[in-house]
Amino acid sequence: MSEKNLSDQSTRSNQASISIDWSYANAPESTSHVSFSKHYGLFIDGSFTEYNENQSFESINPANGESLYRCTEANKSDVDAAVRAARKAFKGTWGTTSGTQRSHYLYRIARMLQERAREFAVLESMDGGKPIRESRDIDIPLAAAYFFYYAGWADKLAYAFPGKSPIPLGVCAQIIPWNFPLLMLAWKIAPALACGNTVVLKPAETTSLNALKFCELLQDIGLPDGVVNIITGSAKTGEYLVQHPDIDKIAFTGSTGVGKVIQQSIAKRQLPATFELGGKGAFILFDDAALNEAVEGIVNAIFFNQGHVCCAGSRLLVQEGVAEKVINLLKKRMQHLIVGDPLDKNTDIGAVNSKEQLETIQRYVNTGIQEGATCFESSGHLPTSGYYFPPTILTGVSQSSTVVQEEIFGPVLTIQTFRTTDEAIEKANNTPYGLANGIWTDKGSKIFYVGSKLKSGVVWSNTYNKFDPTSPFGGFKESGKGREGGISGLHAYVKLDHNGGMY
Amino acid sequence: MAKKQTSDDTSQINTMNSIPKTYKNYINGEFPRTESGRYYSVEALDGKHIANIGLSTRKDVRNAVQAARKAQASWANKTAYNRGQIIYRIAEILSGRREQFTNEMVLLGYSKEAAELEINACNELIVYFAGWTDKIGQVFGSVNPVASDHFNFSRQESVGVVGIISPETPSLLGMLGLLLPNMVAGNSQVIIASKQFPLPSCTFAEVLATSDVPAGIVNIITGLKSELIPPISKHMDVDVLVGDCSLDIELRVMCELESASNMKKVYFWESFNSLEELNSSPNETISTCLHSLKDPYHILHVQEVKTTWHPISE
Repeated sequence: MSEKNLSDQSTRSNQASISIDWSYANAPESTSHVSFSKHYGLFIDGSFTEYNENQSFESINPANGESLYRCTEANKSDVDAAVRAARKAFKGTWGTTSGTQRSHYLYRIARMLQERAREFAVLESMDGGKPIRESRDIDIPLAAAYFFYYAGWADKLAYAFPGKSPIPLGVCAQIIPWNFPLLMLAWKIAPALACGNTVVLKPAETTSLNALKFCELLQDIGLPDGVVNIITGSAKTGEYLVQHPDIDKIAFTGSTGVGKVIQQSIAKRQLPATFELGGKGAFILFDDAALNEAVEGIVNAIFFNQGHVCCAGSRLLVQEGVAEKVINLLKKRMQHLIVGDPLDKNTDIGAVNSKEQLETIQRYVNTGIQEGATCFESSGHLPTSGYYFPPTILTGVSQSSTVVQEEIFGPVLTIQTFRTTDEAIEKANNTPYGLANGIWTDKGSKIFYVGSKLKSGVVWSNTYNKFDPTSPFGGFKESGKGREGGISGLHAYVKLDHNGGMY
Repeated sequence: MAKKQTSDDTSQINTMNSIPKTYKNYINGEFPRTESGRYYSVEALDGKHIANIGLSTRKDVRNAVQAARKAQASWANKTAYNRGQIIYRIAEILSGRREQFTNEMVLLGYSKEAAELEINACNELIVYFAGWTDKIGQVFGSVNPVASDHFNFSRQESVGVVGIISPETPSLLGMLGLLLPNMVAGNSQVIIASKQFPLPSCTFAEVLATSDVPAGIVNIITGLKSELIPPISKHMDVDVLVGDCSLDIELRVMCELESASNMKKVYFWESFNSLEELNSSPNETISTCLHSLKDPYHILHVQEVKTTWHPISE
């Protein structure tokens, strides 16, 4: 054994002296164990409606641009049926289900997701383009964790609201984006059900698959009909849903632009609404930080999930003295990032979710260059079919540059420098957004000083893009209203009766 | 001083006491007149003229928001203990002006009993909220047991600048009910005073001016809600709008609609009571009102939760 090791090592050192190819061999995740239908109806009142080709749209695999499946564009009467089913369940079965029973259903969902994790992970990568390493290690396990966490709250709600009696809101209309399809579904459905609500959820147009597969799982566990209804479709379907007169709550995750339209559209209704919107997170790097670690942090902050992350650290603010060194380290690191097949386990950056999004990213980079930015793209190979964008940094930008102020939602990092701590804070806060920011420094007191002055719902210090069901997430300013995760996440799904117990 | 008082002197003092007051806006710790030069007249029940009240405009709103923004960070950064004492101090000063408030409220149509009960309730509410400054974070903040090697905690922070649309009645208790949670939260505010009963609001500004509340934290402007709500709900540097459901429905919808411009948080409380209710059953009305106002969740609505992560390693 030990001899073999020795000989291995000697072989290796011999090889090192000759020219070798360090690139990884292909390591594709098998798709043989996953199955999905070529077309789907809507999931209403516990079963799938019949699929109708004339009322359908295509979902493609962004990794190769090929058709993956077709699903149903829910129209007004479909939305009606879904809301009706949710109302019926709220008034009937689910309304009389005890907290203990609700918790048992939610625990079971969590366990089933764990059991079928591999399948959901592969489908998530095929449908949305994200690297299998991320869907396998982050999206799916976290989705299960959110269900497990909120399952435990269902029979303990009184402890979450001292002095109050929590009452469910009723039928919740939920709309989720395409960047974390199953995880966002979990963020929405788990707390809503734990609090005793029923839901009608619309997944994003380009990523419906796992939401539909999730319905199979609900049927398997025997969740009462109508408690969860999944309606697929475009923005039009979403509009029918938020305009529906018989919903009691709206929870929306998506762009700030659409969030504002929804807020305006419900102005007359006094409808509880929570929003998780865009972001333009700053990654503040001080000169006393461990720079090599920080560069890994930057890579995780902006290139995670192709940069399709509302809380992405898309603006690097680096202290002047180390700027050159950091940029060089980062450029070197970027050259080693593998952009390619989402299903390959070595892939760092997968496919951009859609053709439209790829065009948006390209347009923003062009705008940046037109406004005077210097663009550096990693020079690695990009697949020829499908939608891909290389890791990119833009230097020579100013605070007022379009690419500094607006969310790009792609693997594009802007870089600015600062001299003093207060200047860094000022620049970090100077966008309409306030979702997340990062601080990298070895000095603890500085972390708390800067952290307390950043206007954002999340502060990652010496780390970035970490999520946990116990940890509230959500934005200040134009990044949203309300929180998801933790006890705060329950607030979004209850009415609180002032019981006067604390008077 | 050494001069002996004559009866003539006494009569002079009485005359001075009855010099009517010019009611003005309260912005940045000062009492400027509205820049509009317009006013409306407030009359007593018997129709007698009491005062001219300024009809403020967009410019006054803008000045007030500017002052509020400038002052906000330093208010939020004060220690919770300090903010608690400053809020408590408001009750000390308010108590010294009981009679002034009672007289103004009676003049405007309050029964004496209702006025006195309302002022008592105001004092109670101020002291109640003063006590929350250093407790709200302990009760509602959390250390979150994340499933990784990170220390993770969530705490409430101020949102920023708040536009407060005072209910018409109860004129003082209603305004304080909306104001105090925001002061505890660390926000600064621009208050649109009750149009029907502006005197207690304006007099409250004098309480603030002589208390320890820093300039700019509370700004009070008078005028028509229909003229002042549009600029405040559209203002891009206002973060929250707070009012109650007794507000005209069209104005309420406007608040919701315009607040989308910068995703303001909008928070409308259940309707406050009318003057008729206050006068007919003051005890019950005030105690019910106080009961619903004494609620720390009103503070949570005007705060943001911030979650901080830090790795744990050797």
